[in-house]
Amino acid sequence: MLKDITLGQYFPIESPMHRMDPRSKIVLLIFMIVAIFIADNPITYALVTVFTLLIILLSKVPIMMYIKGLKPILFVIIFTAVLNVFLTPGTKIDLWGYTTPMTWEGLILAGKMALRLILLIIASSALTYTTSPIILTDGIEKLLKPLSYLKVPTYELAMMMSIAIRFIPTLIEETEKITKAQQARGADFDSGSIFKRIKALAPMLVPLFVSAFRRADELAVAMESRCYQGGEHRTRLREIHFKGIDLIAVLVFVLFFAAIIVLGILF
Amino acid sequence: MIKTEHLRYAYQTDTEETIKFVLDDVNLTVNKGEFVAVLGHNGCGKSTLAKHFNGLLLPSGGMVYINGMNTKQEDLYQEIRKNVGMVFQNPDNQIVATVVEEDVAFAPENLGVPSDEIRHRVDEALKTVGMYELRLHAPHLLSGGQKQRVAIAGAIAMEPECIVFDEPTAMLDPKGRSEVIETMLKLKNEKNMTVVLITHYMEEAARADRVVVMDRGKILRDDTPKNIFSEVKFLKGLGLDVPQVTELCYLLAKAGIPVPQDVLTVEECADALMQLL
Ligand SMILES: Nc1ncnc2c1ncn2[C@@H]1O[C@H](COP(=O)(O)OP(=O)(O)OP(=O)(O)O)[C@@H](O)[C@H]1O
Ligand SMILES: [Mg+2]
Repeated sequence: MLKDITLGQYFPIESPMHRMDPRSKIVLLIFMIVAIFIADNPITYALVTVFTLLIILLSKVPIMMYIKGLKPILFVIIFTAVLNVFLTPGTKIDLWGYTTPMTWEGLILAGKMALRLILLIIASSALTYTTSPIILTDGIEKLLKPLSYLKVPTYELAMMMSIAIRFIPTLIEETEKITKAQQARGADFDSGSIFKRIKALAPMLVPLFVSAFRRADELAVAMESRCYQGGEHRTRLREIHFKGIDLIAVLVFVLFFAAIIVLGILF
Repeated sequence: MIKTEHLRYAYQTDTEETIKFVLDDVNLTVNKGEFVAVLGHNGCGKSTLAKHFNGLLLPSGGMVYINGMNTKQEDLYQEIRKNVGMVFQNPDNQIVATVVEEDVAFAPENLGVPSDEIRHRVDEALKTVGMYELRLHAPHLLSGGQKQRVAIAGAIAMEPECIVFDEPTAMLDPKGRSEVIETMLKLKNEKNMTVVLITHYMEEAARADRVVVMDRGKILRDDTPKNIFSEVKFLKGLGLDVPQVTELCYLLAKAGIPVPQDVLTVEECADALMQLL
């Protein structure tokens, strides 16, 4: 079950979105999130929704992937929607002659919030689906480059991040293996008081950490064997370049963003 | 290619009073284009020896030369690592990237090779190990044998003259094992690479040009597989095995049946037995 996590899952195909510079994708995503939260009337909502659909199309990633990506936050969406519907003050909704504790204002707010969350997740997934973690961290590193003049080790941070992403599935698999091994020895993770359960975790966490340290050690040796010596003089398989397609994307986005602001003021 | 002279090595430990030499007066020469297998009981110092071949460890005593370069010379270490690739036991712990081709590109990236040359090397390396079709896959979804071939491609992409394999098949199933061994033989035969293989599988060692037997930090034998494996008693004494067919012939001979003692493959054994009938 844990293995189904889609976090940072890259979808290796060719598409206009895949060809874009990760830096433009990251910056545009940030502004896209702002646009999603600025949108506050039916027209602007329609516009961001259409724009998000356009992103899905341009990424060429099957829409099912995006829907699958929404699953983990389904609970959050429903939970906030329910809270909004019941707790927002306003005109009560009448159902079959009964007055319910739900309000019309709450219902509208719940709809807006749900739409915003869904668009937000889709837009962010579009970035991770179309950008491999190495290129993504490359982009982040380049964007943070100015910080390196303040002695922030940007290259090392980016490397750590991409290795962390690389080892998530490995460590998840290991956790499952250890859990099963300990359960086979009679460990009980699912019953008793909260303290008992936390205590039961120890025989799982200890081997997990021991193995993580061993892995780190072996990985360091393997990296050194492959001539790793830090960030200087390093070249890339895919150098990232700001290309024509990025320029088009940025121009289109600027128009879209301006439209959101103007329509937000007019209506 | 690789030459060690009176190599000694002791790990620095704070706890132990007496210094224990893990490697003790090791003299070994590996020639260019040769396939050398290293055998020995657990903890006899095989991995420690391997780590001297690319300067990951430096000798406590004696010298190690790679193509005439002394590993102790500090300004040469990158050049030495580039010449001797390493493949380790656990494929999961040597893969750094989340896409196959990006992982293979890691070494040339570190060496500052220009992008289009990296592309070329990566494609070549992946074709050599037969993983080109899977170049855009996520490594964690591959089988053990495939992961290990990616690791081999990662070493080849440095364009080394020699690759040292430290128990590359220990964690693999029989299918993965034969994939890795075939890849290794291909490197030797087609790319003319020098191969050093540390292994616990005698069938693998039998395919080498030369077999080196180690025990407690010393080299006891250095000879052809035929000569080494005919000394069944000696190997058993060290806690090592011999290929199954060799053992069969040994037992037959012991029972008084005249069969040769230097058979290594199933075919040879079958021939020898046919002669009797
Ligand atoms: N980092 C270390 N620090 C201290 N001692 C070590 C270290 N690594 C290995 N040793 C010791 O050195 C000896 C040789 O280890 P080495 O790993 O070279 O053996 P090996 O022949 O590769 O064994 P195996 O077949 O189990 O891989 C062992 O006794 C081991 O305990
Ligand atoms: Mg070892």
